[in-house]
Amino acid sequence: MKKQRTGIDWGGLAKSRPFWLGVILLALASVFSFNFIRGNGGEMFSYLVIDFFSTGIFMATPLILASIGAVFSERSGVVNIGMEGMMLIGAFFGVMVSHFTGNAWLGVLGGMAAGGLTAAIHAYVCISHHANQTVSGVAINIFATALTGFLLKSVFHRAGQTDRVAKLANWILPDFIRDIPVIGDILGSNTPPVYLALLLVIVAQVVLFYTPLGLRIRACGEHPEAADTVGINVTGTRYFCVILSGVLAGLGGVTLSLGQLSLFKEGMTDGRGFIAIAAMIFGKWTPVGAFLASLFFGLATGFKFISQSWNMTSIPTDFLMMLPYILTMLALAGFVGRLTPPASSGLPYRRRGSA
Amino acid sequence: MADKGKNSALKELIVPLTAVLIGIVLGGVLMALTGVNPFEGYKALILGCFGKLEYVSETIVYTTPLIFTGLAIAVGFRCGLFNIGVEGQYIMGLIGASIVGAMDLGLPTVIHLPLTMLSGMAFGAIWASVPGFLKARFGIHEVVNSIMMNYVALYLSHYLVNGPIKDPAITSPYSREILSTAKLWRFFGEGSPIRVNMGIVIAIAAAFLVYYLLFKTTIGYQIRAVGFNPEAARYGGISVQTNIVAAMFISGAIAGLAGSVQVMGIQFKFLDLFAFQGYGFDGIAIALVGKSHPLGVLPAALLFGILQRGSQTMQMLAGVPKETIGIMQGVIILIVAAEGVVKGWLPVRRILGTDRRPAAKEVGKA
Repeated sequence: MKKQRTGIDWGGLAKSRPFWLGVILLALASVFSFNFIRGNGGEMFSYLVIDFFSTGIFMATPLILASIGAVFSERSGVVNIGMEGMMLIGAFFGVMVSHFTGNAWLGVLGGMAAGGLTAAIHAYVCISHHANQTVSGVAINIFATALTGFLLKSVFHRAGQTDRVAKLANWILPDFIRDIPVIGDILGSNTPPVYLALLLVIVAQVVLFYTPLGLRIRACGEHPEAADTVGINVTGTRYFCVILSGVLAGLGGVTLSLGQLSLFKEGMTDGRGFIAIAAMIFGKWTPVGAFLASLFFGLATGFKFISQSWNMTSIPTDFLMMLPYILTMLALAGFVGRLTPPASSGLPYRRRGSA
Repeated sequence: MADKGKNSALKELIVPLTAVLIGIVLGGVLMALTGVNPFEGYKALILGCFGKLEYVSETIVYTTPLIFTGLAIAVGFRCGLFNIGVEGQYIMGLIGASIVGAMDLGLPTVIHLPLTMLSGMAFGAIWASVPGFLKARFGIHEVVNSIMMNYVALYLSHYLVNGPIKDPAITSPYSREILSTAKLWRFFGEGSPIRVNMGIVIAIAAAFLVYYLLFKTTIGYQIRAVGFNPEAARYGGISVQTNIVAAMFISGAIAGLAGSVQVMGIQFKFLDLFAFQGYGFDGIAIALVGKSHPLGVLPAALLFGILQRGSQTMQMLAGVPKETIGIMQGVIILIVAAEGVVKGWLPVRRILGTDRRPAAKEVGKA
C-alpha cells in the first residue's frame, strides 16, 4: 500500500507543481495587466485582477465539482470516463425540472438525481458485471449525448437549445466579507454552486483522508482483496462512490445550465467532463489537488472571455478555444511528475470462489 | 438459433447479436413513446436505405468512413489502447487531403491521387502518435489526451478553413476544391447523384490489409502480444513502448485515410465543421460489435451505416428524432461491454450450453 497522505502538507504544497503553476499564472496575469495599466490608468489594474479571477472561478466551478466526483470514483477503484455524459444529463434534467416546476433548486436536485442514476448504470455494468470501465464510460457518453438530444426534441420540441427557464439567483455574502478588497469583489456575490464547490473541496478532503469512510474508500481502490478480508463491503463502497461521482457530475452540469446560463444547449459540456478527469489526475487524486487544477483550467478557459478587455484581439479566437485543451495535455505531460493512480483503479473486483 | 450451442463462431457472436437485437427493440419502444408506430419507423429506415439505387449508394457512402474508423479503433483495442481520438484524426485526414489535393503541382493522377491519400493518412497518424507517445513515455492515459486532441483538431480546422486554407473565391467557409487528379472515381460519374465511389473498395481492401497486418506479420503479432499481456510481451523481448506508439500510428493512419477518402470521393473540399461528425465515436461501437476483428468490422460498419443513413430518413419520413439511433448505439455498447448481462440470460445460456438447469419452457421475449 502507498504511503498515507495526511492532510494539507504545506511543505508538499511548496513542492507541488499545480501550486507553482498557479503562482506563475498569477505572475503572468500581473505582467499583462501592468502593460495595460501604463496606458490606461492604475484603477484598471485591480479591476482586471478581479475580472480574471472571478471569471476563472466561475468557469472552474463545474470542473471542481466533477473532478472531486472523479476523485471519489477512482479512489474506490472505478474509472469514470462517463463524467462528460453524466454532466450533460445533469445539465439537461436540471433545465427540464426547472422548466416544469419553475423552481431552479428543484432543477438542481433533478440534475443531481439524473447524474446519479446514469452513474448507477455505469456502476451496475462495471461493478456487478466486470465490464471494461473505459468502454462503459464511453457508452455512457454516447448514450447521454443522444438521450439529451432526443428529449430536447420530444419534450421541448426544439433542436439546438431549450427555452429559458428559472435560473439560480446569486448568493450575496455578508458585508464584512464583501468589504475585503479584491477577495471580497471576487467572492462577494456568485451563483450558489460556486460556494457549494468551495465547501465541497474541504469536506471531500476531510472525508477522504480523516474519516473511516475515506479509509475504506481508499482501501477498495488500492487493494480490494485486503479490504474485503477485513470486512469492508467492496461492492457497496464502489457503488456508493460511483453514484456519488455521478451526483457531483450532475451538479457540475446544472452549474452550467442553471448557474451560468438559464437553458440547455446540445453538447454544452464541451469536453468539461474529460477536463475534470484530467484535473483529477493533475491534482494527484486528491480533492484539494483537483480543486487547484480545476481552478487553473478555469482560468485558462476564462482567458478567452477576458482577452477582449485586455486588448489581445490579435490572437485568433480558435487558439484561445484550444488553450484549455492544450494546457491540459501539457500539464499532464510535463508538470505533474510521476503519476500514481490508485493501484486497483480500473480493475473489476471478483471475489474468489464467486466464478 | 436452432443450432446446437457448441459452435464457437456463434459463441463469439451471440453477445453482439443479442445487443443489437435489444437495441432494435429499444429503438422501437422509443419510437412508440414519441407516438410513432415502430414498424412505420423501421419501414422508413429500410426504405431509406434500400428503396432506390441512389439510396443504396448513400448507405454505402455512410458505411465507408465507418469501416475505416471501426478498423482504426480495432487496431487500438488489439494493443490494449483505446484510441478515442479517431474523431480528431479523421478531421486531420480531411484537412491533409484537402490541402494536398488542391495543390496544383502539375502531377499526373498516378502520383497526385496516392499522394493526397497519403497526406491525409500522415496527418491522422501524426495526430494519433502524440497521445501514443505520451502514453508510452509518461504513462498518461491515452483516452484523456486523445480527447483533448479531438478538440484541438476541431478548433484548428475551424481556424484553417476560415483563414489560411479558405477558398478566397467564395464567402462560405470551404477550402478550395481538390483537382480532378486527386478525385476518386465515382462509378456513375461525377455529376450523378449516385455518389458511390472507389472509397468503398479501398475500405474493404483496408479491412483485409489490417487483417493481414495484425495476424500474419511480426508487427501485428507484437501489437497483439502487448495488448494481450504487456508484462508477458516485455518478458518475451517485445518493446511495449514502441508497439504502443506503432499501434497508435497505424490506428491514426487508418482514421486519416477515412478523412482522405471522404474528401477525395465525396466532399472534394474541406467543409467547416461546427461539431464533431461522430464517425470516430461510431467506430467504437463498430469495433466492439465486430469483436475488434477486421473482418468483423465490415458487417458491423454496414449495420451502423444503415442505422446512420436510416436515422436521417426516419426523421424525415416518420418524424423519429435521429438521436434514437444514438441511444440505441450507447445501449448496444453497454451491453457488449457487460457481456455478463447477456451471458447470464437464460435463453442465451441454453444456446451457449452453459445452462446447467433442466431445460425450461421457451421464454417469450422478442
